[in-house]
Amino acid sequence: MTGFWSAWVIGLTIITLILLVWLLFATRKIKVERDDNTTGHVYDGIVEEDNPLPAWWFNMFVLTMIFGVGYLIAYPGMGSFQGMLGWSSANEHDRRAQELEESFASSISEFHGLGVEQLAANDRAVNMGRRLFSTNCSVCHGSAGQGGFGFPKLDDNDWQWGGSPDQIVHSIAKGRQAMMIAWKDILGPQNLPLVASYVASLSEGAAARNNISSVAPADLAKGKDLYMKNCVACHGADGSGNQLLGAPALNDDIWLYGGSLSEIQVSFSAGRNGQMPAHQGLLSDDKINLIAAYVLSLSADQ
Amino acid sequence: MKHEILEKNIGWMIAFMLIAISFGTLVELVPLMLQRQSSEPAEGLEPLAALPLEGRDIYIREGCNNCHSQMIRTLRSETERYGQYSMANELVYNHPHLWGSKRTGPDLARVGGRYSDDWHRLHFYNPRDVVPESNMPSYPWLFENTLDGQYTAKKMQALRAVGVPYSDEQIATASDEVKGKYEIDALIAYIQQLGLLFPRS
Repeated sequence: MTGFWSAWVIGLTIITLILLVWLLFATRKIKVERDDNTTGHVYDGIVEEDNPLPAWWFNMFVLTMIFGVGYLIAYPGMGSFQGMLGWSSANEHDRRAQELEESFASSISEFHGLGVEQLAANDRAVNMGRRLFSTNCSVCHGSAGQGGFGFPKLDDNDWQWGGSPDQIVHSIAKGRQAMMIAWKDILGPQNLPLVASYVASLSEGAAARNNISSVAPADLAKGKDLYMKNCVACHGADGSGNQLLGAPALNDDIWLYGGSLSEIQVSFSAGRNGQMPAHQGLLSDDKINLIAAYVLSLSADQ
Repeated sequence: MKHEILEKNIGWMIAFMLIAISFGTLVELVPLMLQRQSSEPAEGLEPLAALPLEGRDIYIREGCNNCHSQMIRTLRSETERYGQYSMANELVYNHPHLWGSKRTGPDLARVGGRYSDDWHRLHFYNPRDVVPESNMPSYPWLFENTLDGQYTAKKMQALRAVGVPYSDEQIATASDEVKGKYEIDALIAYIQQLGLLFPRS
């Protein structure tokens, strides 16, 4: 705050205080010399008595004035004067944040030097991870990692981006960006159902559900031909996917965007660009490790 | 001067009341409006591009600010959840500001980048699809309505008149940039840039 504006605030504040004191004392009692103890004001027969302000009210007002002056000396309020106590909301915040950080650091001191895998075997670490997961991850991945349409299930052993401790930590900290382009125009609209049928045929469960056995072998062969030309680079010849690219496996029965023929067709026709936001900066490394440990523990018993 | 004169002359009464109540404004507001810390933009602060600018108006139209604040206070519990407390110099291009005063939903001052665009789409279409206990309304019409861009350039001109440094080129291309875009895309573009300027922790 510049000197001028500081002086401006201080000047006006002091003037206001002085005016309040003056007002309080000046209006305490109207000095009219009348023997009937009224102000002489009469309105519709109502007479105004000239009584002094009640003592408790008056004294309380004086006390608040004294408190106000003391407050302005102790705390910031007078322009750029910081107050005798040196208190500021930013310092107060930093102090409390520091306290929290220290208490968190001491509560996880027993985990010092432990890797994510060891944390995943520690009940207390997993419990802390579970709470952090509920706060930060559950809106997409579900309250217990069960996932949802477009959001990977984390409580199984199928991993889009890899299930090693390092890969999980990387996914949380740096985020992931999947990119499957829209294939509609490249494949041609007449070919879309053929490719969808072939993709469904890669998975036993999806093949049965979608009645792939009734699809003409020639159509399936045409679909396979197109798959081998266009999809194989990411999803692999056998549909086992590629964790480096985040390309999901197509030969199991876990479907991120649905496993019906129409859902499969929509996914590759329009493209899918699932994104895991990076949490480095939002969460400390320690917290990311605890969450990774919880995520790892979800599939440990499978 | 006798109190009686003020009580019996409405003109004097009005004049002195105005003087009395203007003290707060003079002390609290005038210095803030005129001093640099609160009126100079933070380093790297850019005016909203055309699409997020339209998104901001949709945010206002749908009344998002009635339930969501955009003001993280200097309280530990708030910075723990939402990130760095809000700074005056990152909000100088906000006309009007959308601080809000009620949090039925969470603060959104730094929600940008926290969730994916896909998540926001699902959430705006029906919040309960991703957050079962949510009481936020659904906004399905945002997925059908498109922007015509008729007033985008004019909005930028109006903002420039109050000090937001839009370039002539930005104003010239504004309409074409938003024309035909879905409202949901504009709103998500706005949401995803909120608070990115400052580090989160």
